[in-house]
Amino acid sequence: MTSPLLLSRRRALVAAAGFGLSLQFLARGAAAAGDDLARRKLVVVICRGGMDGLSLAPPIGDPDYAGLRGAIALGDEALRLDATFALHPALTRVHALARAGEARIAPAVAGPDRSRSHFEAQDVLESGAAVVYGTSSGWLNRAVESLAPGRKVEALSVGATAPLILRGKAEAASWSPGRAVDAQSRLPGLLQDLYSDDPLLGPALARGLATEAMAQAAMGDMHGLDASAAQRLRPGPEAARSLGTTLAGFMREPGGPQVAALSLDGFDTHANQGAAQGQLAQRLAGLDALVDGLRTGLGPGWKDTVVLVATEFGRTARVNGANGADHGTASTALILGGGLKPGGIIGDWPGLSQASLYEDRDLAPTLDVRGLFKGVLADHLGVDRRALDTTVFPDSAAAAPVAGLV
Amino acid sequence: MARADRDLEAAIAATRFGLGARAGEIAETRGDPQGFLRAQIRPQGADQPAADGESAAHRIAELRDLRGARKPGGAAAAGDEPDPVKTAQRLLRENTARDFLARVQLAATTEAGFRERWTLFWANHFTVSANKLVTATVVGPFEAEAIRPHVFGSFETLLAAAETHPAMLLYLDQVQSVGPNSRAASYLQRRGGATRRQVGLNENLAREILELHTVGVDGGYTQADVTEFARAMTGLSIGGAREGPGMAGVPLFREAAHEPGARTVMGVRYVQDGEEQAAAILADLAARPQTARFVCAKIARHFVADEPPPALVARLERTWLDTGGRLDRVAETLIAAPEAWAPDAAKFKTPYEFMVSAWRAAGGAPRQVQHVTPALNSLGQKPFSPPSPEGWPDDAATWAAPDAVVKRMTWAQAFAEAVTAGRDPSALAAEALGARLSPRAATAIARAESREEGFALALMSPEFQRR
Repeated sequence: MTSPLLLSRRRALVAAAGFGLSLQFLARGAAAAGDDLARRKLVVVICRGGMDGLSLAPPIGDPDYAGLRGAIALGDEALRLDATFALHPALTRVHALARAGEARIAPAVAGPDRSRSHFEAQDVLESGAAVVYGTSSGWLNRAVESLAPGRKVEALSVGATAPLILRGKAEAASWSPGRAVDAQSRLPGLLQDLYSDDPLLGPALARGLATEAMAQAAMGDMHGLDASAAQRLRPGPEAARSLGTTLAGFMREPGGPQVAALSLDGFDTHANQGAAQGQLAQRLAGLDALVDGLRTGLGPGWKDTVVLVATEFGRTARVNGANGADHGTASTALILGGGLKPGGIIGDWPGLSQASLYEDRDLAPTLDVRGLFKGVLADHLGVDRRALDTTVFPDSAAAAPVAGLV
Repeated sequence: MARADRDLEAAIAATRFGLGARAGEIAETRGDPQGFLRAQIRPQGADQPAADGESAAHRIAELRDLRGARKPGGAAAAGDEPDPVKTAQRLLRENTARDFLARVQLAATTEAGFRERWTLFWANHFTVSANKLVTATVVGPFEAEAIRPHVFGSFETLLAAAETHPAMLLYLDQVQSVGPNSRAASYLQRRGGATRRQVGLNENLAREILELHTVGVDGGYTQADVTEFARAMTGLSIGGAREGPGMAGVPLFREAAHEPGARTVMGVRYVQDGEEQAAAILADLAARPQTARFVCAKIARHFVADEPPPALVARLERTWLDTGGRLDRVAETLIAAPEAWAPDAAKFKTPYEFMVSAWRAAGGAPRQVQHVTPALNSLGQKPFSPPSPEGWPDDAATWAAPDAVVKRMTWAQAFAEAVTAGRDPSALAAEALGARLSPRAATAIARAESREEGFALALMSPEFQRR
């Protein structure tokens, strides 16, 4: 009997042949097998808009929390982690993982930017530079590039446009649900000829077609989700779960991406952000479902996977006049995965007393988010320290990697 | 810098400055490419899309009524009444679809493509996105009321119109901002307790005006300036239930919500009372040299290259400063600038630009919004819904992602099958690209297996994908 993997591999190769391509992803799969590092997977989820860390993981045991947060404070409905922290009630799956030692929070992280500007802070979060607009490529791309001399790591971004975090010299695929390419058409082949001297369109089309072939194979392996179903997806937890499962399907393919980046939008909650229910709760339910989709979709691969969830900045410690919160500084990052080492919170908790707030308004950062990223890149993917301090995160020697997470 | 010859200039005028050539457009332009563009500048501003003419205030009031009806105890709960939630959703969809379709139809058919591109630039500069429920139906009216009339006037006028428009006040949460020491705040605090609702300042609009609309992120302002500016703008709001039915959604100044006292923003002290204070700050921001530099670089980036030639930015900036930000004069300078006519097309079209230019090449315009919406969604440019107040990105790195190029190809294939209808693809390509059509693409198109394949190749050719 043919194994499912071989079957899907063959299906992908057939699809690839239809596009006039040699499918590089799949051809390399076998060579890398057996290498422990080659099984490791990393997914980076960027929550855009400035996710409110104080709602993601509310410090309900902090004496100043309820007073500062007023109408948006969470109480007993929050899911307890320890004496100080809980998780938002929408994060039931993440909470179950945390109880099993497969999820931890870093409750007061920030990047090096203090502008409180979405665009600057997202730029720094994704570029990995010490200053805004310091580089036009992303840290995840440079991490892949730094590994390239030893082993080729495939990378994929999910979404219709390429995010900065994966832009750069190392080739990265991008994918979003859409109509399948007609394998009978001559157009892809003709265009590859027409683009042979085009530095932008040539590589982009080749890469896109390779991913498309892989998508057709990956979706063929899944129950009940095909390209047309994916296209019908509506925003909401179910769509987020399907996205997680689909991405897991890609990553499970032999030679599929080891590294992936995707974004969740809509965290800019200036007004009526809600508490246990409401706007932010819906976004967090999406995050919860995405994580669950990834975990279930990866199956046994979950033990080799790390998921990092981060945002560009947190929100003001005090609720604002519109029952929301404005742009702040530190926020919470999440790390999840089947192979995490157990432990409590990552980094110190600065507290919410007036004296400890940053500029008397924001949660103060105690951990540079680059240290968290560097720790995972070092221990999980084997990126070397020198590259981490200089090229992946330029001028970041002061932000030491957080060791021992995996 | 090498200037293009006349034929190439005609093609550049229609495709880089304009929205893509319609049949015959390049030939008409050839006599005087610069004059063709200059003639599109006019004091009354942009064209207005043929939408239903509903005002932003009307749309805001309509949405409020429907949301009111949703709440328990609101009107319309009886069994035979239409479900208010469904009605609201249908209206949202229909209003937005009508406005967007009208905008695409204008772009696809206008003889003044440069005027419309110039307008779309400003609409994107002052982004209001439909991705928030409160602004879901007002983007079209916002563009019609606040942007289109002012695109060839002074920047100061355009800025004031955009920032004080109800759609912007809603989008960036200004309507909720209350001065902490205002009469309204002390009244609400006395009465408070029961509601748990806190009253205070919202800095969102103030920050984005500084960062995105005027001096730019390097413009030399601090957090204190943002907060001071936000205090000065308190009171800028729109009519609600209290003001009565005729005032719903209409811009108004709530004296009682205004933070009393003088403000200092970027080193200037403003002692004005009431709404004069924010107006004075906006006027000063419009006149700042940082604003000229920031916005002119953005214009150059949009029209010429992701990394625009510094000489071009300097020319635009000079005109801006010499004329006090006259946008008609800045547009003339852009047209006259040799850097803007470089033979190589450096700009990669956004999905919207690609689709509009494809319609122009094919002749005609979409008759239903379904002809454009699904493709724009899948290419990452959902109608009227830029992801953030920064607006749509304006660079190739964003739009030429591998997946997006494949999706453009599948769209081009389907589009060519629907519209080619027995026409000669080589002739279509020649009309659409003129002297910009490369021998290589022309050969590929001529050798195509079918007319549809040929037209799809033309649409996907490197020169059609760029401008």
